[in-house]
Amino acid sequence: MFVNENRNCCCNNDCEDEERKIDCDKKEELLQNIRCYEFAINELALYLDTHPEDKKALCLHKKYCNELKNLRDMYQKVYGPLTITYPCNKWRWLEEPWPWEGGDR
Amino acid sequence: MWTYNKMLQYPINIKCTDPKLAKVIISQYGGPDGELAASLRYLSQRFGMPDQKAKAILNDIGTEELAHLEMVGTIVHQLTKNATIEEIEKAGLSAYYTDHGVDVYPQSAAGVPFTAAYIAAKGDPIANLQEDLAADGATMMAQQLKKIIK
Repeated sequence: MFVNENRNCCCNNDCEDEERKIDCDKKEELLQNIRCYEFAINELALYLDTHPEDKKALCLHKKYCNELKNLRDMYQKVYGPLTITYPCNKWRWLEEPWPWEGGDR
Repeated sequence: MWTYNKMLQYPINIKCTDPKLAKVIISQYGGPDGELAASLRYLSQRFGMPDQKAKAILNDIGTEELAHLEMVGTIVHQLTKNATIEEIEKAGLSAYYTDHGVDVYPQSAAGVPFTAAYIAAKGDPIANLQEDLAADGATMMAQQLKKIIK
């Protein structure tokens, strides 16, 4: 599924009015990957809270955090902010549907 | 403090309206052992924990419960948002609809509004952790809901 959307990246290049196509399947795939990393990191963190000396868990946590950061940067650059701490040239927080607005799509 | 992540912890895309199902699932939102009670329980008890590990685990579990709260609210919302008056009446939700429309209101399946009386913060870490086990570990409601939802 493709939709036309006007997006800007969050650098200061003049790309605000660039017209590109969003591949919804690709977007959802990327988001699902981000969710997987978030979940794994979350559970590792809960484990590390009570087992802070576990080197293997710590190593995995660090690895996943780095991979998550790359994925989140990639997602936010193309599809807009996941948190309000992501800088944008225009207020893109309103553009994407809210997480609870599934079902119809 | 918290920062909102504009995503659900697990994606929810319910295509069929089912207010009858929403009527029981809402207990997981605002009922005695629901996610709102769970998050407030952990996040209130964390202040009194004696060491770093206990403070951390209650802080981080309480935070994750807020993500669960959002998912359950999403389920209730998607099950009811397009319901017709007939469907609402048939599901036994006329009284709910009178007060809340199809908004998601924190209440139990029996219609009791959320109350802080569902949680404990007893001034004793062991008593508090014991209460966490009873409320969150037993997952009685999950077992009972499974019997109701086919």
